[in-house]
Amino acid sequence: MSIIRPYGDTTGDGMVQLSFTLPVPHDKRAEGAAVQLANKMGIDPALVVHSKAMGPDFTFFVVYGPVHHLVDTDKVEVLERDHPLLSPKEANLLIRKGLRRRLTVVGACIGTDAHTVGIDAILNIKGFAGEKGLEYYREIKVVNLGAQVAVPELVRRAKHEKADAILVSQVVTQREAHLLNTKEMSAAFREAYSEDTRPLLVAGGPRFTEQMAAELGVDRVFSRGTTPGEVASYLVDALVTKRQHPIRKKTA
Amino acid sequence: MSRINKLDLDPVTVRKARSLARKAGRPIVNLARQHTTVSVERAVLRLAGLTGADADGIPWVNRLADTVRADVGLEHGLALPVWDALLRGEAEDLEVLAQKAATGSVTFRLPEGRDAVRARSASRKVVAAGIKQIDARRRERDRLIKKHGDPEQRPWIYLIVATGDIYEDIPQAQAAAREGADVIAVIRSTGQSLLDYVPEGATREGFAGTYATQENFRLMRAALDESSRELGRYIRLTNYASGLCMPEIATLAGLQRLDMMLNDSMYGILFRDINPIRTFVDQRFSRQIHARAGIIINTGEDNYLTTADAVEAAHTVTVSQLLNEYFAKEAGLGDWQLGLGHAFEINPDIPDSFRLELAHAMLARQLFPDAPLKWMPPTRHMTGDVFRGYLLDGFFNLVGAMTGQGILLVGMMTEAVVTPWISDRDLALQNVRYVMGAAGNLHEDFHPPADGFIANRARQVLAESVELLERIVVDHGLLNAIADGTFGLMRRPADAGKGLDGVAKKSGAYYNPATELLEAGQ
Repeated sequence: MSIIRPYGDTTGDGMVQLSFTLPVPHDKRAEGAAVQLANKMGIDPALVVHSKAMGPDFTFFVVYGPVHHLVDTDKVEVLERDHPLLSPKEANLLIRKGLRRRLTVVGACIGTDAHTVGIDAILNIKGFAGEKGLEYYREIKVVNLGAQVAVPELVRRAKHEKADAILVSQVVTQREAHLLNTKEMSAAFREAYSEDTRPLLVAGGPRFTEQMAAELGVDRVFSRGTTPGEVASYLVDALVTKRQHPIRKKTA
Repeated sequence: MSRINKLDLDPVTVRKARSLARKAGRPIVNLARQHTTVSVERAVLRLAGLTGADADGIPWVNRLADTVRADVGLEHGLALPVWDALLRGEAEDLEVLAQKAATGSVTFRLPEGRDAVRARSASRKVVAAGIKQIDARRRERDRLIKKHGDPEQRPWIYLIVATGDIYEDIPQAQAAAREGADVIAVIRSTGQSLLDYVPEGATREGFAGTYATQENFRLMRAALDESSRELGRYIRLTNYASGLCMPEIATLAGLQRLDMMLNDSMYGILFRDINPIRTFVDQRFSRQIHARAGIIINTGEDNYLTTADAVEAAHTVTVSQLLNEYFAKEAGLGDWQLGLGHAFEINPDIPDSFRLELAHAMLARQLFPDAPLKWMPPTRHMTGDVFRGYLLDGFFNLVGAMTGQGILLVGMMTEAVVTPWISDRDLALQNVRYVMGAAGNLHEDFHPPADGFIANRARQVLAESVELLERIVVDHGLLNAIADGTFGLMRRPADAGKGLDGVAKKSGAYYNPATELLEAGQ
């Protein structure tokens, strides 16, 4: 079945809940305005189940009701994984056979973001969601630069470590700082490396969507809830199986 | 606040923990005494009344400090060469001197003999006037608190404002006070901690926060004075004395009557990669200013738990609290000024997480019975599920109520989703009010058994803290422990980090009138 509607307690009832604030004092007219907004959003009839003044000039609403819209799941676009999900053991084996050296990953929180939760979840041995981080992979060398790393410093360390892949994380952001920082990062790497030698660029964080990769100038974007295993599988696929970046003469 | 020994901690162990913290901290204090930094010296100029900036926005204190440093070095302090130049008639006042210094039309020297004595006493007189201003602001605060009153309840309700624009912050802060906030914190623009100057004037552009400037401090304090009058309780204002300019920002806070300052002994080292020596020198001076200004400091132990596991690393919080206490008292702060931090950051999926939180919070409460502890809400396990987050914040508030915390930073269910909306703040305050109303006095009935889970866990964390402090003292010292990643899993060696080039070892001729006056007043 590809045509669906939201589910409350009966198939096809279309029930949703939402909450919002309107910049009007709390009175009958405000409730009418909330109903009008909900109607325009496709909720009809709209049931204002709660309204409360937020100071003299604002009113908060909780609204329940059925939406009329239908969703066609066949028309949903997602970035499907086109490579196998590997266990740490499988990933190690593929790297050892295919690369014949350890794969080097340099990770950092760039810009002014001091929240290393994201990059640590992926890199630290402790990991995330029951999966061990990349430090656990014997064939992956992890250099975690931590928080507030300036882009030039990241490029310098990437060169020094001969990085195969760069992982940057952006957690706390305002006014699209995560997008600006990531674009700055990808531009700097493109300037410092030729296209066929530059490391694989990977960005991650809760405010990114996976479709953003091209816009940001990175090879791959990971969004909320990504596990270390997913990142490792992608790195192995891109760097070992598909040999995307970087093309490097074999050294010892 | 109940003073009963609820956890039955062994007083010998507690004394041992404190004495180890003293042993670990003393070499750091000695190190701090032996060095100065560009920001400490600029703070002296600010106390002497030098304000303003050049056409590029570079403050005159920076211009003057840079020139003096280029001529005679930083190791003697700025006071002697600067006031020597004034006494030689190079300029009629500090601002003109700074302007001349910027254009290169004045050369500085280190005065000797009688010239040095005269420069010394001239600088001392001017800086003393600045410290008198801080004293006057403190008396003013005492008067206003007497007039408007303190909040009726403990913990004080602490809310954050962060728009980036001081003129947007003001109505938001006033609204938050009206909704029940006792303390308003204006979050700084991210990145300010790494600026080696304090921006000037009222600012309207910041990322995820508003720049800390003297004028922004003044505007917000005036607005909250208005709110205090309207609401009949004194609304406190908080900002951040951290980063590369912490001594200067502490000074500006004292001059503009801010009431609390985030001021952690190790935060800059661990989370901003600022050089450890730079941080400890700047820390000591800024705490001496806070002590004098009657400002309550808030320490940042909550941050460790955002990078390290809150159960495994619980004892690092205790160790840091003990170190912060030692450094604070050495700098002249009283117990009532120690807003030692801790946080509700244990993974809610692990069994007994709430009991563990209670144990940790009670341990802090009992170790520091006279300090207004700052209790910080969950952030790490706020997943975007706002409904679950709201429940988690409720449990956080409950721990706050049951353990008599001093300052409660209100948790937002939209943590990690958006900067708080007006409705988020209102819902969060409803949560706090409900818990405080329903269970605010529960601590009167709450006496966990001496052989129970909570008491045992508290004793275990204390024992682990003592072990860690012993390792720090015996093995390798605090600087090495920081270099090894003991706190927050961050490795920060003493010879690296930002701001190291702004540190100098004091010469025999070094003179700093501010330090002299602040230490004499202790």
